[in-house]
Amino acid sequence: MTTQTTAPETPSAPTTGAANSGLLGIPAATGRALATGGSVLTIVATFLSWTWTADFPGDLTVYGYPGGLQVLVLIGGALTTLLALASYGIKGLRWLTPAGADPAIKLAALATFATAWYTVLAITIELGGAVNLEPGGYIVAVTSLTALTGALALPFQRPEADPIDPDSTGWEKFKHSLAHGWTTTKAVFASGSPRPVRELPSYAEILIIVAVLALGLTVFTYGIGTEYDELFVGFLILAGTGFAALNKAGLIAHASQITARHQTITTFGAFIAAALFPFTQTDDQYATIGVYILIFATVALGLNIVVGLAGLLDLGYVAFLGVGAYAASLVSGSPNSPFHVHFPFWAAVIVGALASLVFGVLIGAPTLRLRGDYLAIVTLGFGEIFRITANNLDGTSGPDLTNGSNGISSIPNLDILGFDFGAQHDIAGFTIGRFANYFFLMLIITAVVVLVFRRSGNSRIGRAWVAIREDETAALAMGINGFRVKLIAFAVGASLAGLAGTVQAHVTYTVTPEQYLFAGAIPPNSAFLLAAVVLGGMGTIAGPLIGAALLFLIPNKLQFLGDYQLFAFGVALILLMRFRPEGLIPNRRRQLEFHEEAEAPTVLGKTGA
Amino acid sequence: MTTDTTTKDTAPGATTPGQTVLDARGVTMRFGGLTAVRNVDLTVNSGEIVGLIGPNGAGKTTFFNCLTGLYVPTEGEVRYKGNVLPPKSFKVTAAGIARTFQNIRLFANMTVLENVLVGRHTRTKEGFWSAILRGPGFHRAEAASRKRATELLEFVGLADKAEHLARNLPYGEQRKLEIARALASEPGLLLLDEPTAGMNPQETRATEELVFAIRDMGIAVLVIEHDMRFIFNLCDRVAVLVQGEKLIEGDSATVQGDERVIAAYLGEPFEGAPGDEEAAEVETAEANAETTTDAAPGKENDR
Repeated sequence: MTTQTTAPETPSAPTTGAANSGLLGIPAATGRALATGGSVLTIVATFLSWTWTADFPGDLTVYGYPGGLQVLVLIGGALTTLLALASYGIKGLRWLTPAGADPAIKLAALATFATAWYTVLAITIELGGAVNLEPGGYIVAVTSLTALTGALALPFQRPEADPIDPDSTGWEKFKHSLAHGWTTTKAVFASGSPRPVRELPSYAEILIIVAVLALGLTVFTYGIGTEYDELFVGFLILAGTGFAALNKAGLIAHASQITARHQTITTFGAFIAAALFPFTQTDDQYATIGVYILIFATVALGLNIVVGLAGLLDLGYVAFLGVGAYAASLVSGSPNSPFHVHFPFWAAVIVGALASLVFGVLIGAPTLRLRGDYLAIVTLGFGEIFRITANNLDGTSGPDLTNGSNGISSIPNLDILGFDFGAQHDIAGFTIGRFANYFFLMLIITAVVVLVFRRSGNSRIGRAWVAIREDETAALAMGINGFRVKLIAFAVGASLAGLAGTVQAHVTYTVTPEQYLFAGAIPPNSAFLLAAVVLGGMGTIAGPLIGAALLFLIPNKLQFLGDYQLFAFGVALILLMRFRPEGLIPNRRRQLEFHEEAEAPTVLGKTGA
Repeated sequence: MTTDTTTKDTAPGATTPGQTVLDARGVTMRFGGLTAVRNVDLTVNSGEIVGLIGPNGAGKTTFFNCLTGLYVPTEGEVRYKGNVLPPKSFKVTAAGIARTFQNIRLFANMTVLENVLVGRHTRTKEGFWSAILRGPGFHRAEAASRKRATELLEFVGLADKAEHLARNLPYGEQRKLEIARALASEPGLLLLDEPTAGMNPQETRATEELVFAIRDMGIAVLVIEHDMRFIFNLCDRVAVLVQGEKLIEGDSATVQGDERVIAAYLGEPFEGAPGDEEAAEVETAEANAETTTDAAPGKENDR
């Protein structure tokens, strides 16, 4: 026995005396071999039949042809194998693990194990018993477990336990041992800092960026295209844990360094990748999701100017989307509109954005004198006022403007320069349906918002926003007209949301007050918008986009959660805020704010904002 | 730490010597029933370093806040170069008064350079549309701002740390950065609120040099400080504030020799003619105290 006896919930106490031992009592060399062998065998097992009947979705009965969840396990196994081989120092694979292979192997093996066992358990439970498993199912369960066992035997830097206070009560001792167990668990997956990226010729770096973007597009397209709940859950498990594995391997850090060197190319590339999305789809079904995600993400990015840059907590932001949508729909020739005019799209866009701008200034002028929580409460109120007002302007309880709860319906499809957005078009052999058309249009709006965010963030006005967020009194003393600058942030955010609203009105055909709730199961609503910003990472461009994609896809795909969607969402948000308060894609500044004890990189490059 | 490092010898906001820069007349500040500052007059002429001292709670920082527009004085008025100051702190900065804070208030998560660039805010015009459209004017103004900010960082000796986060600077350098940020707004008068608080003697010396250099740029300085040696080395005139009222104003020797100042700092025997018994008691106590101080003479002269 060693001194490390205070980790009761680690599966077995280490028998070796070294502080560098693995979690399990297997020699490191054996563990590495087990991990490698196990993952290779897992790959093989995915080519076997896992169940005898095609009742389980995805058809896992075929030999020699992995389907559905088997493909995910195959990818996980392949990743583990590659990382394990890289840990043997095989030439040509060293680039995979710039920050050390062992933690990455552990996470990759965990990803494979979790996906494989999830599949096996899902088959067992859904089809009613383990008898429904074919040998392949048992084999993959054993091989993935072997790989995980081997991986967990790899050595890691074991943390020293704090000495126990002999006077403490049993409960305190229990808490102490729990805390040590947690630090040990964290240490198992802790990795070193990645070695810096070698200078590559810029064409190679651009190729890497293209590869990263292509991978991103593939993952996103796969996630959007998952056809049944099991596959999506498996996808979430594998993508989440696999991403963590790549992160521990240091690949993410390398990729972000390379993309930071070519920011403009990356941004353009990302838009091209996004524009390619409709071409990967055979029908319009998933382009629908794509365009809704894009609307949600664009509005979230607009909110990020208000919340992330200027630090104004706005809980009624969805109202600006609503104002834009209503204004555009009223002038776009809907039979319900009291105006009976049909403006061309560009004019409707201007009307929508201007209406939101005016609304933003009207709300902002009296409320922006408040700070912090008070502002949040007042904006929350105004958001609800908008919705209720729209509900009441129906001709009976108020002037007839918005047609009450029925909303403005039958908004005609757009027609720009003879291009009918409602019809299918064939481009180079690909069929581009209605929603794909709007997807392209929305992508242009997103590009505008990204441009506004980037350029305003890195300028005199952007610095003033950040200064106000950091310390309002000091900012005032530096000559910044706080009220004016905050009003500009509020107005800009509002107009960008209104811009998105004009497209949303056409995409959904109908604009009703119930689309613009504070909180509801269907994004976008104010709570989800704020959550997308916080989840993704405040003050970044990629953060809200990814946060919005996740927040839209997860409730959309996990229909079986039903009434518990909001509950699950709340739990997930609490966990995220506990363990990663800076969001998935942290702004480097924010990361430092939240992890003050962490060793801060002293130099912040230009990519900080 | 000399003026040689700057390209300009005089700051843009500099004034001709002898002109009255700041003229506070009868400034009174009441918070409810509490009068924090009562009827204080103070003038600062260009090319002058004026000190403001007083015991804790004397109302020095409140007076400062009245000068910078954070508070609007209940009575009296403050004139800067003949014009009454506007009641908003950002307008005061635009008029030409810059300040630092007693407890450092940098923008902690911005870089050193960005902090100074924020200080340039009042001297640049580029708004939102200019930032979006990025015409040649925008690039020119941005480049000019960066150039000026870099010069100021060189002036205070932080040029090699321009890309560091402000929060990561050591304490003394944070104070310097705050001064650089204030200078970026091209002030004619700089208000320093305890610039050497928490500094060691070397850093205090360096700050002295820095303040002289700022004065030589043609910027008048008004400084609050508790470090008497610093004040009396530095200042042309010193004003003493006690319980919200100005006790005395004059050069170092006058202030140092004034009985009321000493009384304000060290206390005086309370009035009401103590009886003989008490007087005798005090005498013996003083005698005792003297013997103890004689035993350790170095102690008192340390500072």
